[in-house]
Amino acid sequence: MKNLPYLLIGIVFGIALTKGEAISWYRMHEMFHFQSFHMYGIFMTAVPVGALSILLFRKLHVRAKTGEIIEQPVKTYRHGVIIGGLIFGFGWALTGACPGPLYAQIGAGYLVTIVTFTSALFGTWVYAYLKPRLPH
Amino acid sequence: MEFLYKPWPWYVAGPIIGLSVPALLWVGNKRLGISSTLRQICAASYPAKLSFLNYDWKKDSWNLFFAAGILIGGFIGGYVFANPNPVAVSAETVSLFHSWGLETSKGLLPPEIFNWNTLFTWKGALMIIVGGFLVGFGTRYAGGCTSGHGILGLSALQWPSLAATVSFFLGGIIFSYWVVPHILAL
Repeated sequence: MKNLPYLLIGIVFGIALTKGEAISWYRMHEMFHFQSFHMYGIFMTAVPVGALSILLFRKLHVRAKTGEIIEQPVKTYRHGVIIGGLIFGFGWALTGACPGPLYAQIGAGYLVTIVTFTSALFGTWVYAYLKPRLPH
Repeated sequence: MEFLYKPWPWYVAGPIIGLSVPALLWVGNKRLGISSTLRQICAASYPAKLSFLNYDWKKDSWNLFFAAGILIGGFIGGYVFANPNPVAVSAETVSLFHSWGLETSKGLLPPEIFNWNTLFTWKGALMIIVGGFLVGFGTRYAGGCTSGHGILGLSALQWPSLAATVSFFLGGIIFSYWVVPHILAL
């Protein structure tokens, strides 16, 4: 079962998101109004942990368990990063969820968020449909 | 066993979330990113000859297992060991929510918005249906979400991810200040 490790990492990630209340609509608006350090604290610890481990992997030439060389993740800039980013931000404030928390909200028993999730799928599909006509 | 039900402080949750980056890289040279699972599900279920949805999605199926794990994690952390108390937001935020007509009752989402009945009102339709649509459309347009850009991209010092993350927050702040209060007043 080669996909089992990903399931397990997902479970830990999901528990941390949920117990850290990063899937909470309340916490998102508290963050957008700069009324608590909580969510910023999560980002400001998660990112350095990720950054430090990427740096260590590179310095020590660590290979993946599969033997592959770990490549540097590269993100290319296009204007869609900003336009799409703003649109996602609007939806983030409405639903209180990013795609990760969408899964966790359903799991946590807020079953109406299945509708949020289905709409997100539809939004993705509409993006795919309009992609050739959108500025990027 | 009471501690199992307690929420975690940021300095516990944040580093564990960050550890998913090296864990995925080490296990199989995979990059953290969750919004791409939405594309995969679309590609698997209704690609409709759209070039963006016709690709070998099965090659990235690890991501669907990761997402399924997040759902199970949500069940463990938010249902089995659900915090019996309301989310401890700041006093200022509590009064902000009062001005929006919301109580911070127990649970992670306001029941005044997230229930099956409001879904059929303007309020619920805009918050849940339109909101979800914007999440799916926007993340794909931006080429990632809070995990792919905000955590992985920033960890790898990718400046386009910084532009994306700033845009996510800017969009959220604009709606939280000037749009959400009006929708809730509907």
